[in-house]
Amino acid sequence: MEKQSVEQLQKVCTQLRRDVLRMVHAVQSGHPGAPLGCAEFFVALYFDQMTHNPDFQMDGKGEDLFFLSNGHLSAGWYSVLARSGYFPVEELVTFRKLNSRLQGHPATHEHLPGIRIASGSLGQGLSVALGVAQAKKLNNDDKLVYVLMGDGELQEGQVWEAAMYGAHYGVDNIIATVDYNGQQIDGPTEKVMDLKNLKAKWEAFGWEVIETKKGNDMQSVIEGLEKAKSLTGKGKPVLNLLYTEMGYGVDFMVGTHKWHGSPPNDEQLADALSQLPETLGDY
Amino acid sequence: MDLDLKYNYTEKKDTRSGFGDGFLEAGRKNPNVVGLCADLIGSLKMGAFQKEFPERFFQTGISEANMIGLSAGLTIGDKIPFAGTFANFATGRVYDQIRQSVAYSNKNVKICASHAGLTLGEDGATHQILEDLGMMKMLPHMTVINPCDYNQTKAATLAIAEYEGPVYLRFGRPSWPIFTPADQKFEIGKAWKMIDGTDVTIFATGHLVWEAVVAEAILRKEGISAEVINIHTIKPLDEEAILDSVAKTGCAVSAEEHQINGGLGDSVAQTLIRHNPAPLEYVGVNDSFGESGTPTELLEKYGLNAANIVAAAKKALARK
Ligand SMILES: Cc1ncc(C[n+]2csc(CCOP(=O)(O)OP(=O)(O)O)c2C)c(N)n1
Ligand SMILES: [Mg+2]
Repeated sequence: MEKQSVEQLQKVCTQLRRDVLRMVHAVQSGHPGAPLGCAEFFVALYFDQMTHNPDFQMDGKGEDLFFLSNGHLSAGWYSVLARSGYFPVEELVTFRKLNSRLQGHPATHEHLPGIRIASGSLGQGLSVALGVAQAKKLNNDDKLVYVLMGDGELQEGQVWEAAMYGAHYGVDNIIATVDYNGQQIDGPTEKVMDLKNLKAKWEAFGWEVIETKKGNDMQSVIEGLEKAKSLTGKGKPVLNLLYTEMGYGVDFMVGTHKWHGSPPNDEQLADALSQLPETLGDY
Repeated sequence: MDLDLKYNYTEKKDTRSGFGDGFLEAGRKNPNVVGLCADLIGSLKMGAFQKEFPERFFQTGISEANMIGLSAGLTIGDKIPFAGTFANFATGRVYDQIRQSVAYSNKNVKICASHAGLTLGEDGATHQILEDLGMMKMLPHMTVINPCDYNQTKAATLAIAEYEGPVYLRFGRPSWPIFTPADQKFEIGKAWKMIDGTDVTIFATGHLVWEAVVAEAILRKEGISAEVINIHTIKPLDEEAILDSVAKTGCAVSAEEHQINGGLGDSVAQTLIRHNPAPLEYVGVNDSFGESGTPTELLEKYGLNAANIVAAAKKALARK
């Protein structure tokens, strides 16, 4: 894929946000909040950072691979996969419908290109990604493994089992990103179960930690990922704390857990779409 | 009692050693075979593999959930992970991880579970899982294997390395008669008729196959002809072998070191009820947890030994 300017990448983000909103609106179910907040991250990865092949191979040898641990961001992932050529954009219309490859949460059994493991039950993706990274080392494959987790997801104990493992084995070909939006289903994370000092926690577990403070600014997200990449291969796993806003891009959705898993109604959709001009053509 | 056994043994060994030796051999055959273990390398007999292939072995510490996820991830780079821990921690503790990352995602992970059932003995009920076969057989895509002795466990371990797909392999701790041949070919999903008979069929799995062999000799002395079928693969179940046998004998006993609820017997019952309803008696643990004791004492107390199989066979016969 040819390198695109930040301006062009931003246009992809706007289209991704439109896709997500239209997808969850159409079936009146799904999770718009977090994918809206992670649009810059998704687009930076698939359109700028990763060396990857939309002619999908399950084993992903010789490619950078991405894993979505917080599977409820599926609408955003499907959109970026379709927009970067993994499957026809028109297929987004089948999201969450019977007989679709675009299951509510990502699944492999329908063989949707780009998906290498199921997710949805939280807390498992970091372990999986570490396994993939370990296999890459065994295969002398110098490409990277990326994984995205939610911040609320970090309340799962398995994440910390995996964190310990990554540092112990010096799995330095992985970049794990935390969607640090401060929200989860029942409210702000600090009210539900305070994560306290995440940077210190990951550092204490032996990870190299970078902070991307402006997670909804394309230039900053790219710089963050570049920095993360520069820290790989040095004996430590890398963690990217990505500060985002849930619902970013739509004024009445931003910064609240209320849109974690609620679809907009017709009026709300019209309002939201009016804030996000069509850039690449709706599906 | 002087018994004329159809199978005999000169040596006893634990089935977990069959796993350990098979695992080492599988590793020598295929460089993609890798191992993981959650702080039980000695108990699982995975040490020889680790020593020979240190770069292909991952000690995960006491983190079974992570170990299952890692295993699923390793398959994506074409590795064939054998993940080992005690059967309790390999199933119940990580059911959701297995369900999503292994079974639903259809990954080529081999879940290797030792110390299954009552016969791990003195550690008691916290470690004696009796529900694992049920949990694992309910998962779509999952193959469930419970071999009977050292030789069969070794053969099964080699066979699953060559099979593509998720597998649950169950074995145990006690020293047990080695009564099947070292050179056996292990066919996943194919029941093995070990002894021909005409009056009653005994479907046995795991350690209780030996008890079934003893039971057959006792029954024969009393003029009852029992057929013994070794169901080493609980899923996929060899329904044809079950139906062929019961068509001849007209009644059956199932024998397993597992809860009656959800175990091999239930699978046999489902098969019979759909195709050929016939009397079936269960030898298994009847809705209870285990406790500390020696393997022999426990099998006796919980009604899982040859004498119990004999009694069950007579009961089934009487219901014909
Ligand atoms: C193991 C598990 N428990 C509970 C849920 C239900 N659930 C789905 S998303 C979510 C909140 C996750 O919070 P976070 O990771 O911060 O994601 P965000 O709300 O920011 O999208 C919960 C509790 C789940 N999917 N998996
Ligand atoms: Mg969150």
